[in-house]
Amino acid sequence: MNTTIMLFLLQDGITNGAIYALLGLALVLVFAVTRVILIPQGEFVTYGALTYASLASGQMPGTAKLALAMGIVACAFDLFVARKALHGRLILRSVLANVVLPAIVLALTISFAAQKPPVAVCIALSLVIVAMIGLYLYRIAFQPLAHTSVLVLLIASVGTHLALQGLGLLFFGAEGQRGPAVLSGSFTAGALRFTGQSLTVYGITIAFIVGLWLFFGLTLYGKALRATAVNRLGARLAGIRTTLSGQIAFLLASVIGALSGIMIVPITTLYYDSGFLIGLKGFVAAIIGGLVSYPLTAVAALFVGIVEAFSSFYASNYKEVIVFMLLIPVLLLRSLAAPAVEEEKD
Amino acid sequence: MSALLSVTDAHVAYGKVEAVRSVGLEVGQNEIVTIVGANGAGKTTLLSAIMGILPLKGRVTFAGRDLARLDIEDRVAMGLGLVPEHRELFVTMNVEDNLELGAFRIEKSRAKASIERIYTLFPRLKERRKQLAGTLSGGEQQMLAMGRALMGAPKLLMLDEPSLGLAPIIVADIFRIVTELKASGVSVLLVEQNAQAALKIADHAYVMELGEFVLSGKASDIAANERVAASYLGFQHEGESAI
Repeated sequence: MNTTIMLFLLQDGITNGAIYALLGLALVLVFAVTRVILIPQGEFVTYGALTYASLASGQMPGTAKLALAMGIVACAFDLFVARKALHGRLILRSVLANVVLPAIVLALTISFAAQKPPVAVCIALSLVIVAMIGLYLYRIAFQPLAHTSVLVLLIASVGTHLALQGLGLLFFGAEGQRGPAVLSGSFTAGALRFTGQSLTVYGITIAFIVGLWLFFGLTLYGKALRATAVNRLGARLAGIRTTLSGQIAFLLASVIGALSGIMIVPITTLYYDSGFLIGLKGFVAAIIGGLVSYPLTAVAALFVGIVEAFSSFYASNYKEVIVFMLLIPVLLLRSLAAPAVEEEKD
Repeated sequence: MSALLSVTDAHVAYGKVEAVRSVGLEVGQNEIVTIVGANGAGKTTLLSAIMGILPLKGRVTFAGRDLARLDIEDRVAMGLGLVPEHRELFVTMNVEDNLELGAFRIEKSRAKASIERIYTLFPRLKERRKQLAGTLSGGEQQMLAMGRALMGAPKLLMLDEPSLGLAPIIVADIFRIVTELKASGVSVLLVEQNAQAALKIADHAYVMELGEFVLSGKASDIAANERVAASYLGFQHEGESAI
């Protein structure tokens, strides 16, 4: 191996690692706030990517219809729960957020899809569609289970992952798609060639991490999210609704997932089931961060990306094996370092 | 409509075990009411159930409204506050953030004013406002827990064992603040094992034993009661009451 190859691999690893970092952060966030290990994070990635690719090639993505369908179910859940104390404002709010909003987005998607909209419109629509799916997914699958154990939530999480993956096959077919680059063009610095797309990846990742940091550190809602993660009962006693925190967490996770997908799909071909593996690599990083530490997760994600790049060079058949084997020493170390903890009851 | 909080025929059970049986209680406007009793009498259980943390069979009204269908957050928004025994602070966040979050349901402009009020009430918290809540001493944590609850502008503050495990000088401070709260128009429902101190500042008192109220009356009368004196106040009690 010479230096040029090494630099190439490093660059490749860092680009992938940046994506894993975003996904890992979303996983940590969702777990800390809701105790859900978000397996369908990968579906947010594929949905984002393939919705974007479909729109860009002038096709109508099925996800827009799915958002409306899920919104109607979510609205029905809201109304059913509040059936004994229904009042106008509550009904109006639920119908607006769960039915009217996705209906408007669906109408926009239909009208735009036919005329091959510009990249910015495709991105905006894809993000909104996947964000809504994330929000309604929380309402339908996780909010009713909010008080149950981590294991029950994990089972629900696996279930939603399988369901969304199946729907992905239905919407996008078994063939892979590629999307247009967000930023075309490239330049070379020494031996390295930087494409506009990889620069977009770095830029957006850094912007998102800084944005999250500011959101958690400075805004009341960000602090409320942290508070829920630290002490659920304390947060409720302060008047912070667990469901509100859960909604914000899922909204952020789905936007992060979709954005990651949109950034990857110009670089590699994505299939309806590609998201799972990508999400799992974010998960490896999140586990290295102990599902609690954001900075550790981000660093671990870069490490995962770099290990992946190098193993695909040296032993491409074993690429995934090597990446997931990273978990074994980490889990071993963690289990030795931490005393056994019983699951919290609340 | 006179009572701010009224509990009638309340039962609270953990599975099949009834920890609170047929309890009735009233807290009026601008009043300190205390529930005294031994460890395990069901005092904490009762407060948790009033707050909505545990399911309660019976009727609870607050400010004239039935609380049955309201969850914890709604009760907080109505002006019911609880400082739980374990304080439940956001230990990895600093004092100021903890207080700020206590005012989550309050408009920003009002929250600013109440944070200053909390700092005058607890000057120690102002000194430590950038310190993480988990690194505070026990007394400071208790102050912070009370401060956070007060940030929500409660009409009734329920305090669960505020003096537990604290040095006597801090206990005195906390009881002084409770009386100041009353003066500023906040009613207090105080659960205490330190019956002597609690009865001194309370207007009305209930004595709880094994999940039931066995005695109730004016705090001064309860303090003078021989049985209470023997069980909860120790031998130093001399029977004089400050009416």
